[in-house]
This record gives sequence, C-alpha cells and structure tokens, in this order.
Amino acid sequence: MTAQTGIGARVKRKEDQRFLTGTGRYVDDLPLARATYAHFLRSPHAHAKIKSIDTSAAAKMPGVVAIFTGKDTADAKVGGLICGWVVKDKHGQPHKAPPHPVMALDTVRYVGDTVAMVVANSHDEAKDAAEAIKVDYEMLPANVDLATALDKGAPQIHAEAPGNLIYDWELGVKADVDAAFAKAAHVTKLDLVNNRLIPNAMEPRAAAAEYDKGTGNYTLWSTSQNPHVLRLILSAFVLGIPEHKLRVIAPDVGGGFGSKIFCYNEETMVTWAASRVGRPIKWTAERSESFQTDAHGRDHVTHAELALDKDGKFLGLKVETIANMGAYLSTFSTAVPTYLYATLLAGQYTTPVIYANVKAALTNTAPVDAYRGAGRPEATFVIESIVSKAAKELKMDPAELRRKNFIPANAFPYQTPVALQYDSGNYPPIIDEAIKIADYKGFEARRAEAKSRGKLRGIGFSSYIEACGLGPSRVIGQLGGGVGQWESAELRFNPTGNVQILTGAHSHGQSHETTFAQVVSDKLGVPIENIEVVHGDTATTPFGMGSYGSRSLAVGGSAIVKAADKIIAKGKKIAAHLMEASVADVVFEGGTFKVAGTDKAVPLGQAVFAAYVPHNYPLEELEPGMDENAFYDPSNFVYPAGTQICEVEVDPDTGEVEIVNFTAVDDFGNIVNPMIVEGQVHGGIVQGVGQALLENAVYDKETGQLVSGSYMDYTMPRADDVPSFKLGNKVTPCPHNPLGVKGCGEAGAIAAPAAVMNAVHDALAPVGVSHVPMPATPLNVWQAIHGARPAAE
Amino acid sequence: MTIPVAMTVNGKPVSGKVEARTLLVQFLREHLGMTGTHVGCDTSQCGACVVHVDGKSVKSCTILAVQAEGAKVTTIEGLAESAEKLHPMQEAFRENHALQCGFCTPGMVMSAIDMVKRHNYQLDEATVRRELEGNLCRCTGYHNIVKAILAAAPAMKSAGV
Repeated sequence: MTAQTGIGARVKRKEDQRFLTGTGRYVDDLPLARATYAHFLRSPHAHAKIKSIDTSAAAKMPGVVAIFTGKDTADAKVGGLICGWVVKDKHGQPHKAPPHPVMALDTVRYVGDTVAMVVANSHDEAKDAAEAIKVDYEMLPANVDLATALDKGAPQIHAEAPGNLIYDWELGVKADVDAAFAKAAHVTKLDLVNNRLIPNAMEPRAAAAEYDKGTGNYTLWSTSQNPHVLRLILSAFVLGIPEHKLRVIAPDVGGGFGSKIFCYNEETMVTWAASRVGRPIKWTAERSESFQTDAHGRDHVTHAELALDKDGKFLGLKVETIANMGAYLSTFSTAVPTYLYATLLAGQYTTPVIYANVKAALTNTAPVDAYRGAGRPEATFVIESIVSKAAKELKMDPAELRRKNFIPANAFPYQTPVALQYDSGNYPPIIDEAIKIADYKGFEARRAEAKSRGKLRGIGFSSYIEACGLGPSRVIGQLGGGVGQWESAELRFNPTGNVQILTGAHSHGQSHETTFAQVVSDKLGVPIENIEVVHGDTATTPFGMGSYGSRSLAVGGSAIVKAADKIIAKGKKIAAHLMEASVADVVFEGGTFKVAGTDKAVPLGQAVFAAYVPHNYPLEELEPGMDENAFYDPSNFVYPAGTQICEVEVDPDTGEVEIVNFTAVDDFGNIVNPMIVEGQVHGGIVQGVGQALLENAVYDKETGQLVSGSYMDYTMPRADDVPSFKLGNKVTPCPHNPLGVKGCGEAGAIAAPAAVMNAVHDALAPVGVSHVPMPATPLNVWQAIHGARPAAE
Repeated sequence: MTIPVAMTVNGKPVSGKVEARTLLVQFLREHLGMTGTHVGCDTSQCGACVVHVDGKSVKSCTILAVQAEGAKVTTIEGLAESAEKLHPMQEAFRENHALQCGFCTPGMVMSAIDMVKRHNYQLDEATVRRELEGNLCRCTGYHNIVKAILAAAPAMKSAGV
C-alpha cells in the first residue's frame, strides 16, 4: 500500500498545491486587524557617535503612531542580543563579548545599524516619517578591511574587545605539525580570501507581533528557521517575556540558508513595541535592508600549508585564518570559524597532524554568521584548493593525489586529528563514479577542441566531507554551545485514523511536509494523504531546535521513528487485547497487527479507534488515546561526503568563465525522497557557483558603505549562469541513526566553490596564471591573465 | 490625495482608491488581499511579483496601480481552473519539483507561461535559461525550473492554453 509513498519513493510534494496557487501564507501575507507598520531608520555611517536624535518633526507626520530610539529601550531595560556559543581562546579564556543593543545607544557601528523605529498607520507613512528624524552624528574612523582589522592602530570598535580581537583560538599541536613539515619532501603554500556573501533568501526577513491585553500574551510571527529557539532567546535573555506568554509562529518561510536562524533587532523591537502601541505591528524588510542587515556569510583571510612526502602522501596541514565577525556578534557567529571550520580540515584524507589558528576580528560591517554550510565550505575550499595546487606542483593527476590520501573504507569509524570521529564512508567509489559521469578520460580531447576555438578549458575536483545533523548535545555543550541539539516529534493520531506529525524542525523549502510524511507512511502503513506535518508554531508543536546544519531528517526524522516505534508498541498491546492473543505473539506488518500463524488481524486504524473509544480495551493496564512523543539526541554528527567535478571554458579575451559540465556524486546515506534530495543538491551547487564566479559583498574600505547593496550590484546566479547538472549517488548508511540517513542540504554549497575555482585555475595554468581571486569574475580573470593586479585583493 | 482605480483581476471587476505612488503589487496585496503575488526586491530584479497585464507578463512592482486602470490582470491565484485542475505550467512545476520554498514560484510560473506563448510553444534549454533573466530563485538552482518549463510547453499547446 505504501510502496509508492514510503522511504525511497519520488513522492510529489504535499506543500506544492498552496505554493503553486498563490495560497501560501508568509509573514507579510498575514491579515492583522488594526495593524500598524514599522520602519527602521538605519545608520548611513559605518562608525559614528550619535550626538542627538530629534524625532519631534517626525512625530507630527501623518499617520505616525509611535517612535522609539535606543533611549526608550535602555530606559525599559531591554536586554541586548546574545551570542549563544562561548568559544574559549588558546589560553582557555572565553571570547570577548561586546554588548549588542537592539537599538543603537550612543554609537553606530555599521551601515544599517538600527537607530530608530517608526510605527505608523501605513508602511509608506512610517517611511516618510523616518526621513524626518534628525540624527546628529560625529563621524569616527571606520575599520572595514579584514586583512588589517587586527593591526595595531586600527580603529577600535568596542572597548570590550581590545584590538578588535574576539578570540585567538587554536586546534591541534603546532609542534607536532612543525615536526611533520620538517620531514616533508614538498610543501605547498596557499593564500586565499574566502569572499563575503549575502544570503539572499528570496523572502526578505519579516516580523509581525500583537499583544493581547486581556491575557498578557504576545504572539510573534517571524521568518524564523527555529521558532522555539527564537522564543527562548527573546524570553530568557532579551525581553524577559516568560516563554509561556510568548507564542512564536514561523509560518511559510521563503528560504533561510542560515540567515533566519538568528535573533535580530527588528523582530525583538516589533514584539516589544506591540504592547506599547496597543495594536499589531508588521515589518517586512525591503531588499536593501536585507543586504545591509541579514547576517552575512564566509569572509575569511587564510594562509595554509600542506606538507607531502616524496610519494604524495599528506604529512601535515597548517592553517591560519582571520575570520570576520562584523560589528556585533550574531547568535552563533563564534562557532562558525572554529568548531564548524577547523574540525573539518582533515577532509576525506588521512593527514595525520593538523594545526589551525583562527583569529576572529570585529569590523564596521554587518554581523557575519552561519550561511549554507557555515564553516564547512570555508574548510573545504582550503583543503580542496591546496590539494589541487599540490597536484599541479607535483605534476600529479588531481584525482590520483586524492585517491592516494583518502581514508580507506576499512578505517571507519575514523578518528581525525581535529576532534571529529567520522562514523562511516567509502570515498574511492564516489570519485570513480564522478569521473565516469564527467567523462574525465575524454577531457584532454575536449580541452584541445576548445583551444581550437580560442577557449581555455579546465577541469576541477572537489572531494568534500561535512559534519552535519547537529548534533550530539553533550559534545555541543563541551564545545561551548548554549543549547541542546536534539529534536522532538509527536505522532498524534485522530480517532478516525489520520495522523498529525508535530515536529520541532522547521521547513522553509526543505520539503519536510512530504519527507516526514513518507517516513511515517513507511513505518506505520498509513496512506500519505492521511498524514499532515505540523511545524513552526510554539503553541502547537513540542519544543524543538529547528532546521539548520542539515539536521532535520537525521535528527528530527529519527525522533519521528522513535515516536512511531512507541505507536507500534502501544498498538500491539491494544491489538493483543482485541485478538485475545499474547502481546509477544503480535507482529506489525504493512499497517496491520497480526498473530503469526493465524488469520487474526487488527489494522492500525482499528487499534487507534479502540484507543479513543475504549469500550473493549485494557484500561486497567493501558491509558486510552494514541498520541506518542519522542526526543532524539544523536550520538554523533553525520558525515555526508562526495566529489564534484566542474569543467569550465574561459574566454581569454573577456575573462568570462562558462561552466560547461558539472557533476556531483554524493553519499547521503539512505535517501527518503530522491527527487527532493536532488533538488537540494542543485540549489546548493548554484549557491557555491555563485560564490565562485559571481557573488561578492563589497564594502568601501574607507567609508564602510555597502557597495554591493542591491540586485543591481550584487550578482545573484541567474538561470543562464549555470548549466543542468549531472548527479550520481552512493550509499553508506549512517550507522547511528535509525533511518541510516545523512544530511543533504548544504553539500552542494560546501563543495562547489573549490570545484569551480580548481577548474578555472586548471584552465588558466597554460597561460601562466596560478591564482585568481574568488569570485572569478570576468574582471578578476582578465586581470590575472593580463598580469594586472587583481581587483578583489 | 487618493485616486480611484478600476480594473479586472482574474476575471472579476475590482476597484479602489489609491495614492498616486501605489504600485500595482501593493494594490493587489494590500488593497485586494491577494497575497499570492510576492515582493522579493526593491529594484525590479527578482521577478517574484510578475503578473499578466492584458496578457503580457509585467513586474507588478514596476508599474503603478493607476497605470493598470481598465486593464485585465491575471495573477497566480487566477490560473487554475479548479483546485483539482491546475494550469499545465503549475502542473509541470509540481511534477518536476521546480519549487522549494515557494516564494519565487508565482512570478516564475507567470513569466514561464508568457515565455512559452511568446515562443509559440517551442523552446530549448538555452532559450529558457536566457528568458529567465528576470526571475531569481535561490533554492532550486534553476535545474528543475528549466525542466518544468520545457515540459509545460507541449502540454500547454495540447491543452490550448
């Protein structure tokens, strides 16, 4: 019955009907009676003292209901926004934690910093009034350039962080790595900039809040990836509204990619002000606000060195990175360039010793935090760039050098020198499959043919590993994380036999409504149309950690399986009673309880009905009802891995790079819905291609103005920037979760930048170019070819 | 000062009073409560707001409501014959998993229908990719959107839409 809707089936999505007919409900779509509209006045300066704010003229503008500034929030003792992950530096001291007020108090620290909030009867009126607010700024020198942010004499951003240093952190034993380098036959060195990105979910961030005077309850609708976590932060740290008096609803959310994990100023202010205004308040970011104030991603300056022996075996890896934090520490910012980055530096390889040193720096730019992949793309870019560079220097085949150093299949579980223990994997068949699909053997012929057309053709590999499915709570706690990382699920059967899956995970494009339903359909034999996934509302779902770090199925799906097991266990007792059999003799197959060797059978629906109408029911031993919940805390991360091969053609006259072939072979463990997984890979690849060729968040180094602040300046990948993709997959099931699944949401974005850049470098090697800065825009490529100083460095 | 405006939206006559600066998308979303049409940017780049005005695809953030006076406007809400019978383009998006978060989808579908008609139901991959210049998607990597549009073109032709 459920073969077409169970695990492994290409089930069409349950969520599509509403999205295809314009009946989805995103935050900005909510009709709220008597709503007011908020607009935020933002700093036009990167760094300035606020000498005065005069709101008197603005307050008299048509439609204005209220204006709030930092003085109001300070007087009301609104707490600051928090950074929820304490990273200890190399001396064991916790990271520097400068305050992050929800509204600027006496200083603005980046272009877009929040200065005042205007609430009016319409959005246009609020915006008009904001323009009438007079702010007297005293300009301060701005510290914008990451490469010099920690230099002596650089402008200071927070008194609490001398020298703009948040932490100086290390992993590994430097002396051991130095000893390995002393024995090396060859050392490959690499300097790179991992370019800063702006997430750009297509739905801008939005918040709407209302306060019920009668009950004292607040409701916040927010574009959140994790409504329970948002509520916890707002309650416990920022607003002090008790959790049970604050309901957070994240309805349909139009993409997140990490940027909607965090607790931001605007949703905080909208909630806080709702009770003061006495009417609901709505706010939706304009795209230019998204560019300025969504937490950005990446932004590293790195020097790396790889030591190899005479046969090409890796002996050791040294990595030094300066990571940009922006002007304030966002919710999980400190963990991204440490525990989500340096712990991945072993990649797929047996490198025996690794040392990483990471300095986190403040700059007068928007906060930087997790963006699709979060730390792992940066790690993969370092490893896969330096491995390909080493292959070039040693005149070895890049696939061969990788194979020579892969962790062998019989070495799992594999303890890396950078803390993680990989649970499972088998890398050689993945690269073999990728090579086959990409027709690697035929490449030189294609290169020659391209040359005859005046084009430079190149091919690039990227063999990534990631640790995702965040994560084992005990480990997270030991590393300084402020939250647990389990997930919750509840299976609530109704008397008529249909079922709701209540999950603490949140879907903002990932297709949970389909995937989770498939898991339950498979486990319990319930037709998929009788299953509904409920998510995103703290009032209706159990506390859960939300969706990020490719965790929803590996952790949330596992909780669903646990709850399903409880349903089966209870159903067996009911069925045994109805069949007058021993519980030990009851089996559950295809949605029906049976007694082996007899024709006795009780369908699950009948057991459910009996549980709700318990007239013939073992009430002395068993509670009525069929509603089971489960919490699942994983014992390890999951470790998806794969190889991407990118083939490009470069036009040496224009510097334009065209991707002509792109292959990705992944091991995501068992797959519930291949159609959905392929879609995740496609999207991830294009975000990675975007980083490699197009996207770059640029601040003017003198003024700190965001130069790439709109879709006319920040190059989003469009349909004609990318080809169709060739995908393959291999399966080594995850050994420690009940579904055997690994995460798939971030893989594409993690691997693609190195695959593309390696292909670009391969294409340009014949003309003597050894380094092109990322993104490899036509300008950067042309300048690299023609010997000029690259613009982006 | 407000200005009266009247037009036909999805076959029904509608009217309202708007400010001169009110955009067509604001009129649809805020005055008529038709929130299927989305706003994803402020520079007419993303295409989430595409609707049909007198049969042609238009970014509804790029024209004023008063410019649509007397026009026949079709939005994503007006495409399907019924909940069971979607437009072939909607059906192709579902069949090919051409949407994830759903936010760009209304504009994608409206642009795609216009694209198919302008090319007389005959499209190849390169043309589809070039024609999608005005629509951004951050989730799908465009792969399945392109597949869906290529699949929808003959389906639209045989359905006579």
